Amino acid sequence: MNHNCRTTKQTFLRRDFLLLAFLIIVIAPTLAAQQASDTMPADTVVADSILVARTPAPPISVTVQDLPNDAGGSIKVNWGLSPDDVAGGKARKYRILRAETIDGQRQEFTEIGDVTSGATEFIDGNATSDVEFYYKVMAVNFLSEDNETIWEATSKSDEAGPVKSSAQWFDWRRINVFVGVIVLCGFILYYINQAKAGKKLFIRKIAGLEAVDEAVGRATEMGKKIFYIPGTQDMDNVQTIAGVTILGRVAEMAAQYETWLEVPVSRSLVLVTAKEVVKEAYTKVGRPDAYQEDQVHYLTDDQFGYAAGIDGMVVREKPATIFYMGAFYAEALILAETGNSIGAIQIAGTAMPSQLPFFVASCDYTLIGEELFAASAYLSREPKLLGSLKGQDMGKAVILIAIVVGVLLETFGIWKLSNLFTVID
Amino acid sequence: MRREIPLLITGIVGIVFVLQYFIPHFPFNRMNAWFSDWFSIVAAFAIWLGALNLMKISFQKVFRRKSDWGYAVVIIMSFLLMAVVGFAEGKGFRDQGTAFDWLFQFVYTPLSATMFAILAFFVASASYRAFRARNFEATLLLLAAFLVMLGRVPTGDVLTGFMPEGMRLSAVASWIMNFPQTAGQRAIMIGIALGLVSTSLRIILGIERSHLGGGD
Repeated sequence: MNHNCRTTKQTFLRRDFLLLAFLIIVIAPTLAAQQASDTMPADTVVADSILVARTPAPPISVTVQDLPNDAGGSIKVNWGLSPDDVAGGKARKYRILRAETIDGQRQEFTEIGDVTSGATEFIDGNATSDVEFYYKVMAVNFLSEDNETIWEATSKSDEAGPVKSSAQWFDWRRINVFVGVIVLCGFILYYINQAKAGKKLFIRKIAGLEAVDEAVGRATEMGKKIFYIPGTQDMDNVQTIAGVTILGRVAEMAAQYETWLEVPVSRSLVLVTAKEVVKEAYTKVGRPDAYQEDQVHYLTDDQFGYAAGIDGMVVREKPATIFYMGAFYAEALILAETGNSIGAIQIAGTAMPSQLPFFVASCDYTLIGEELFAASAYLSREPKLLGSLKGQDMGKAVILIAIVVGVLLETFGIWKLSNLFTVID
Repeated sequence: MRREIPLLITGIVGIVFVLQYFIPHFPFNRMNAWFSDWFSIVAAFAIWLGALNLMKISFQKVFRRKSDWGYAVVIIMSFLLMAVVGFAEGKGFRDQGTAFDWLFQFVYTPLSATMFAILAFFVASASYRAFRARNFEATLLLLAAFLVMLGRVPTGDVLTGFMPEGMRLSAVASWIMNFPQTAGQRAIMIGIALGLVSTSLRIILGIERSHLGGGD
């Protein structure tokens, strides 16, 4: 009996154990999995049917064209917004796919970039010129966490193409500048021809240039030096070229009056050019023997080192006349004030608008902007050069008329004249 | 030929530079970069011309005992010191902690900063001279400067706080800067632009040639 009871008990125990084992091995993981799926975000487990529901409608009317007015290598892709590209809609970004053609064989589509929703244009800047490309635009809905995409639902547009990029021979966005240059050059060339034909041209008096003769004469009378500072920029700056051009005229006067002209420069190429110009000027007026090699000399490329060097020379040697002709930056006032402190007659000319007030305050005469460029013609009185000044003035008249007409039209909202003057960099 | 070849080169390069602005096609689209590189290379070699000229003039001053020859000694010593230390340091001469860097940081930079700082005093003396009411224009300048300077600091608005906002000194200063000042500056800029075109055209066509060392 006891044995039977024990056997029955053992049988129950074994059944309980098996049941427990079954629970642990089979049911527990299922329950745990169920529990885990309850606590996980709903979006991490997404059935295909759910993804289909989240898929945005594809973009419409995809068009491709070679980007105009460029050097090739760029294709412009345009499309119409997906109907789901609305606030809170399913189209959250667009992905651009591209397939290129190699040896007549079309390759697989690959992703080349993404743009945010609302965009309708993508510039593919890596499209090799003269190679055929096909494009598709994909509307994308997605969920991401910590920059990791959890799910993504996409729909592709129809493909567009083939299209090839190619380099253009004219940038049509710059046609306004082209017309402006042609008109201005036309005026200048016309008046140069008029001057060559012997027509008298009226050029207004420029006080600063009228004073050049007086300034050189003063130095001669006082038996002191003339300093000529051609700015701190190199020969690739037109202001420096203008400065060196005026130097030639001043050097001629200095040679005629037998006055010592000293030209400290801050650039090696300016040194070479200025030496040649001064030497030629002395030769031109029949005084090649008066030219000295050390009249034109290099100081330093460093802006403030150059200013310090010239200041030292000015204070020690006390020149009667100082010319500042060219491009200047912060050193302008340091130089001009030092020159002013020793009582030198100073004539400055620059096209740096920020430095003009300093020169006006410290110098006796200042050539403002365009007057610097007019100086060579004014001093030489050569008809061809004077003709170019007249042409320049006509250009100014055209701009003046355009400004007045533009102001009137814009004021009355008649026409967007200012659009004609938009310049593309 | 000495003048014709430079004129020809100037003319061709000038025209090419004008064209490259309007033509995006190769090789025009690369020319700006190429010419800039070439200019940098030429200028880098030319620096020796400047350095040698500086040394030549300075040595001549010292040997001939010209006036102020002592300054020439300073130039020579400074030049040689920087050059010798720079070359001795080798490739990494600009690295932090090198002797060249020390000279740059503790000699060159303070000297440069000193020169720049002097500008503040020169601005004061130049302003004092410029703002004297000698005639009508100078008085106008003085008045405009006074209003702008006062309008740019809080004191201006404190003094005129009782007035409507648009008539306070800060508004007046902004108006002067935005309208009369901008208009004047733009007029100068237009003149400069036209002058640049005219000068460039004269140089390209060879009408202006004095920068090449003389007239015809």
